[in-house]
Amino acid sequence: MSTERAMVVVGAGECGARAVFELRDAGWTGPITLVGAEDVHPYERPPLSKAVLTGDAAPVPVRDADALREADVEFVAGVAASDIDRDRNELVLADGRRIPYERLLLATGASARRLPLFGVSYLRSQADALALRDRLRPGARVGVIGGGFIGLELAASATARGCAVTVVEAEPRLLSRAVPAEVAAVVADRHEQAGVDVRCGTGVAAVRDRGVLELTTGETLDCDVVVAGVGAVPETALAKNAGLAIDNVENGVRVDDRLRTSDPDIFAAGDCCSFPHPLYGRIRLEAWRNAHDHAVTAARNLLDADEPHTAVPWFWSDQYDLNLQIAGLPDAATSEVVRQRSDGVETRFGLGADGTLLSAAAVGTGNAVAKDVRLAEMLIAARAMPDPASLADPDTALKALLRAAKSTPQPA
Amino acid sequence: MTQWIAACGVDDVDEEDVLPFQHDGVDYAIYRSPDDTFYATAGHCTHERELLCDGLVMDRVIECPKHNGRFDYATGKALGAPALVDLRTYPVKVENDTIYIGV
Ligand SMILES: Cc1cc2nc3c(=O)[nH]c(=O)nc-3n(C[C@H](O)[C@H](O)[C@H](O)COP(=O)(O)OP(=O)(O)OC[C@H]3O[C@@H](n4cnc5c(N)ncnc54)[C@H](O)[C@@H]3O)c2cc1C
Repeated sequence: MSTERAMVVVGAGECGARAVFELRDAGWTGPITLVGAEDVHPYERPPLSKAVLTGDAAPVPVRDADALREADVEFVAGVAASDIDRDRNELVLADGRRIPYERLLLATGASARRLPLFGVSYLRSQADALALRDRLRPGARVGVIGGGFIGLELAASATARGCAVTVVEAEPRLLSRAVPAEVAAVVADRHEQAGVDVRCGTGVAAVRDRGVLELTTGETLDCDVVVAGVGAVPETALAKNAGLAIDNVENGVRVDDRLRTSDPDIFAAGDCCSFPHPLYGRIRLEAWRNAHDHAVTAARNLLDADEPHTAVPWFWSDQYDLNLQIAGLPDAATSEVVRQRSDGVETRFGLGADGTLLSAAAVGTGNAVAKDVRLAEMLIAARAMPDPASLADPDTALKALLRAAKSTPQPA
Repeated sequence: MTQWIAACGVDDVDEEDVLPFQHDGVDYAIYRSPDDTFYATAGHCTHERELLCDGLVMDRVIECPKHNGRFDYATGKALGAPALVDLRTYPVKVENDTIYIGV
């Protein structure tokens, strides 16, 4: 086995697969090993609940197969890492192989949260999506447990395939986690228009044989397919076993603003880690862009760049013809400003107690909301404290507010 | 030979913004830079063919609304992943407050 200094990445998902290319872009010419538990080429997860599930598209690779070879990355697929020997700086694989590392990146992601119920499917991997797609036949009765993003994208895609869909959500409204109520209401209306039976404030008590859902309201629901989207659990077993610090609030692998774990040679990034953000405090995100942004920061810091991670969180979801986007974290805001454009597009801004812009959320058809949410993201990054009246006025260009923010030095 | 097509009036494009234009079933994007010069490029991003007219124009850069691929709209140059292939550009002339593009 090579004794050359090596960079080793565990987890060949969005974050890990991006990180190996970022290492090359940042100038690393030594060996790179990427270890992935899944027996497939790294692929994008967002299409799994959208075009892959409707059957409109094949799974999309993170980067095509030739790219990994051209970047001279040794890709070990279909084997999980089972241990980290921190005394010897070696990653131990389930088949007994040991891979020495100079620096190690944990990009182990998250897995679908399971319910203590039998006969329920989940959607996290490409294999999950392809198996589910085959069962979503026209006319199939589909029970979706959970009215969050995954559950709702699933409901939209199953509807597109001609299924009869019921969504059961325990909270009083859809998307209760991190989406303003008015934005969630637009999404709920669109689902009802499409014929989805949306039942909020309703839990699932049991799944009986043959797909009969027993609801907490006492009703029963006959389903051909039962699938749950009830959140994700970060994959921290490897880190925990190796004695690395785990955050007890966010449950992720605990890292500092350089994405470094409690072991200076080991970093963690993407869905699996809990990290401090200059605007939002300690957070853990489950978002595609974050996985990508973390890959960039982590790769550079693996090579001693010593840079803090400051990117503004950004998230999107597609359901039917609707596109929802969120920049920043609406939960962090204490007041709200609504900007209504003449074409009906409404953006909801969240401000902190000191007037700092902390979030923007909007929903519209096609790419209608993209420009405003992108500008909001730039305003948040610039630590803008926009005048609320100007922010609400569609005749005040967001670009003008951005220019003003950039020319006014903000308190550090 | 260049064929000049009347695309829009000069006031139809805001400063530092982009306007969609269609001719013969082909999409174009027409830009007005902060220094008040007009430019035209192909209408779709070279990455995943998203329409650029919904994107954000900052200075001399257009950013694709879907995956943030960025291009210099004056030269068509792709400015980095995911935008790796340059954007086609078209000549522009202004006559009597009308913008013509050469296709
Ligand atoms: C169906 C679906 C739709 C989504 N849609 C959106 C969306 O519209 N917008 C958005 O912003 N985000 C979306 N997301 C979230 C986004 O895909 C994730 O945030 C992103 O994939 C996180 O990347 P990651 O690399 O951190 O983790 P993952 O992509 O989960 O990758 C982690 C990888 O590590 C592997 N692994 C774990 N443990 C080990 C081990 N011990 N050894 C070896 N390998 C290991 C796993 O098998 C997995 O392949 C969606 C997610 C899903 C599941």
